Amino acid sequence: MCLAIPMKLVERTEFEGIVELDGVRRRVSLMLLPDAEVGDHVLVHTGYAIGRVDEQEAAEILELFRRYADEGIHEFGEAPRNDDGDGP
Amino acid sequence: MTADPFRDRRTVAGLAREIATVARRLPRPVTLMEVCGTHTHAIAEAGLRRLMPPNVRLVSGPGCPVCVTPVSWLDRALALGRERGTVLATFGDLVRVPSSTGTLEELRAHGGHVEIVYSPRDAVEFAAAHPEARVVFLAVGFETTAPPIAAALAEAEARGISNFLLLPGNKTMPGPLAALADAVDGFLMPGHVSVITGAEAWRFLPERHGVSAAVAGFTPADVLAAILALLRRIARGEPGLDNLYGRVVTPGGNREAQALLARTFEPTDAEWRGLGVLPGSGLGLREGLAHRDASRIPVDLPEPREPAGCRCGDVLHGEIDPPGCPLFAGACTPERPVGACMVSSEGACAAWYRHERWAREATE
Amino acid sequence: MKVPERILLGHGAGGRLTGRLVREAFLPAFENPALAPLADAALLGEAPEGRLALTTDGHVVDPPVFPGGDLGYLAVAGTVNDLAVSGAHPVALTFAVILEEGTPGDLLATCIEGARRAAEEAGVPVVAGDTKVVPRGKGDGVYAVTAGLGVVPPGRELGDHLVREGDEVLVTGPLGDHGATILAARHGLGGEALRSDVAPLAGLVEHLLARVDGVRALHDPTRGGLVSVCHEVLGRAPGRPGILLRQQDLPVRPAVHAVCELLGLDPLWLACEGRAVVFCAPDVAEDVLSVLREHPLGREAARVGRVVTRGEGMPPVLLETDTGSLRPLDLLSGHDLPRIC
Repeated sequence: MCLAIPMKLVERTEFEGIVELDGVRRRVSLMLLPDAEVGDHVLVHTGYAIGRVDEQEAAEILELFRRYADEGIHEFGEAPRNDDGDGP
Repeated sequence: MTADPFRDRRTVAGLAREIATVARRLPRPVTLMEVCGTHTHAIAEAGLRRLMPPNVRLVSGPGCPVCVTPVSWLDRALALGRERGTVLATFGDLVRVPSSTGTLEELRAHGGHVEIVYSPRDAVEFAAAHPEARVVFLAVGFETTAPPIAAALAEAEARGISNFLLLPGNKTMPGPLAALADAVDGFLMPGHVSVITGAEAWRFLPERHGVSAAVAGFTPADVLAAILALLRRIARGEPGLDNLYGRVVTPGGNREAQALLARTFEPTDAEWRGLGVLPGSGLGLREGLAHRDASRIPVDLPEPREPAGCRCGDVLHGEIDPPGCPLFAGACTPERPVGACMVSSEGACAAWYRHERWAREATE
Repeated sequence: MKVPERILLGHGAGGRLTGRLVREAFLPAFENPALAPLADAALLGEAPEGRLALTTDGHVVDPPVFPGGDLGYLAVAGTVNDLAVSGAHPVALTFAVILEEGTPGDLLATCIEGARRAAEEAGVPVVAGDTKVVPRGKGDGVYAVTAGLGVVPPGRELGDHLVREGDEVLVTGPLGDHGATILAARHGLGGEALRSDVAPLAGLVEHLLARVDGVRALHDPTRGGLVSVCHEVLGRAPGRPGILLRQQDLPVRPAVHAVCELLGLDPLWLACEGRAVVFCAPDVAEDVLSVLREHPLGREAARVGRVVTRGEGMPPVLLETDTGSLRPLDLLSGHDLPRIC
C-alpha cells in the first residue's frame, strides 16, 4: 500500500529537507532517511522520506521497458534475453 | 498528459503479449494475489485485469488497511471522539468508513472534532498548537505507514508534546500471507511496504510455503513485469522471490525505520476483518509508551455490528470476487457503502464497482 | 482605497462606520454611475435585446488569497463565467460580503481589488453590494455572495439539449490548476509552479461564438471538474449518449500532476475557474480549436473527446487510458479527500 512518490531532495538540515517534483515543493522529514544527500531522489510517504531511488536500477528497468516497447515480442518462445529469474 | 515510459502503451502491450506466451506453458489455471490496496487501485485503473490470459486469475487480498480494520476498532475511535476535549486526527481514508454507530464524517457533523491530516506530523503540530485538546491519532496502515507514525511519536516525545496520543491499529503483512499461502499460486508483494521491510522479508513464502513472490512497483509496466516473473516461475516449477522494484527496494530494507519500529511498537494479536485474529500481526505500543496509548482510555463501546449480508471478509481473503457478495452494486455502492471494502477507494469492492464492471477492450 | 486595520462589528451595523467603509473601500474600486448614488437598488439602463440571464454564487475559499488570485477575483470571475457559458453578455454584477469581526482590513482590500480587477477585465460594472459583519468565531474571514445579470443575444442558442452523438469535446486549457493550487496551499505544498487558472471568460467566449457556428454547449468545470461537467451534460442531452475522453489528449500541467500524486487526487475531478468545456459539432472542431488558440486565455486549448453511442450496460463517461484500456469516470464522492493509500 501506499501512495509514495519519488521527489528530488533540494535542501536539507539535520532532520528536515525540502523535496521537489515538477516545481511542487514540500517539507519532508529525514528522520527515517538520515543519510539522504541533496540531489538524491527520495520516496516520500505521508511527509517522510522512506527510501532512496537507485538511479542505476531505475535506468535498467527503463531500458527493459523500452525494449518491450521497441523490439516487440516473439510470439512463440521466450523474449530474447537470459531468463535467470532476477527479472523478466 | 506527459509521456511516461511506465505507462507506454507499447510497453504494456509487449509485456501483455509475453505474459500470454508464458501462460500457455502453465500446468494449470493459476491464481495470483496482490495484497496491497494501492495495487488493487492501480490494476483497476489501468485495466490490467483484462490483459490477463484466461488461465490467470488476479485476486485482491487483505491489502487495504482500512478494509481489514475491524468495526470494533473504529467504534473505539468514535467513542473517543465523542469525549469532550478530544480531537481525532486521521488520514482521509478513514473518514467515510462505517462503524457500528456511523462514520467519522457523521461524527464531525454532530459536533465531534475530526482533523483530516496528510501526515502524522500534522497531528503532532496540531497537538502542539492546541495544548488544551487531547489529540488522538488514528494509526492505521501497514509497514510503510508505521515508521512515519513512530517517527511522529518520537518527535512528540522529544518535544514534550504530551497531548498527542495514538489509537494503535497498524498491522504487519507476514501474518495474513502465511494464512493465505495455500490458497494461491503467487503473490505480488507491495512495493512500498518492501522499501521498509526489504525484499528478503518475503523469502519465507517460497522457502516455507513453496509459493513465489514478486516485489512490484505501481505503474502498469511495473505490475505487469512482476506478474510475468511470477508466471515464469510457476511455469518452470521453481518457486522463488523476485524483486522487480529494485530502484527503491533493497534486500535489507530501511534499517533506520525498522529500528524505530522496534523501539516504538511490539507485535500484538490483531483482528483482521475476514481473517479473524492473527497472532503477532498487529503493532501495539510498547509498555514504555503507555502514556501515548489511547486504547488504554476507558470508553463505552457498543456491540460491534457487522452489517447483515456483508461479505467483506470473504472478499478480503480472495474467496469470492466482489460480485459474489449479495449486497454488491445493490444495497452496497460507493454512494451508500455498507462494508469497508466499498468505502475505501482501495477496497476491492470499490475498485471492482468503478472499473471492473465495465472492463472492455478499448475501441481503436 | 482606505480600509480599517481590523473589521469591527460596527462596520456592519449600517451606521457611520459602514458608510465610511463603503465610501472609502468599495466605492473607489467599483466606480460607476449605477453604483454611485448608493441607493437601495441600482437603476440600470434599458435592457439590450435578447433573453435575460441571471445567476448567483456564494464564495468560500480557504486560503482566501492564493497564487493567481483571491476570493474577490474568484467571486467576480466565477459569476461572469456562469453568464458567459450560458451565451450571455454580462451586463451587471452585485458583490456582497459577510465579514468576520477581527478580519484584517488588508484582506478585505485585497478581495475588493481582486473583484475590481476581474470586473474590469470582463468589462462589466459592479452596481450593488452589501456588507455584514458577524461576531468573531461565527464566520471564516470573508464570505462573498454575487449575482450576475446578462443578456443572451437574439438568435443565439446554447444548451445541453443540443448535444448529440458525434459531437466533439474540447477544453480551453490545462485542467485542475485552480483546485490543485488551493489544495497545495492547504497542505503546505509550496513551489512556484502552481497558479490558479481563475479568469473571467466572457471575452474568450465571445471571441469563439462570433467566429464559429456549431457550438452546442459550454460549461465551466468548477466543483467536480471535467467529470462533473460530462455527467451534467449527459443528464440533459437527448437520447442516451455517452462521452469518451482520451487520457493522452487531456492537458494537465506536470505540477498539477505532482500535487495529485502527492495527495491521492485526480485532476479530472479538480476545479478550474478559468476554463471552459466546449461541446461542438464534429465538422467545426478544428475551427473551434484554432479560434480558441488565437485568444490569450485559450492558447493551450485541446480536443479531448467525443460524444458517443453508449453501449448496453456501459457507464456514461469513459476514459481511454494511456495504456489503451477503458476506465469509467464516475460522479463519486471520495475523490476530494487526500489519502495515504
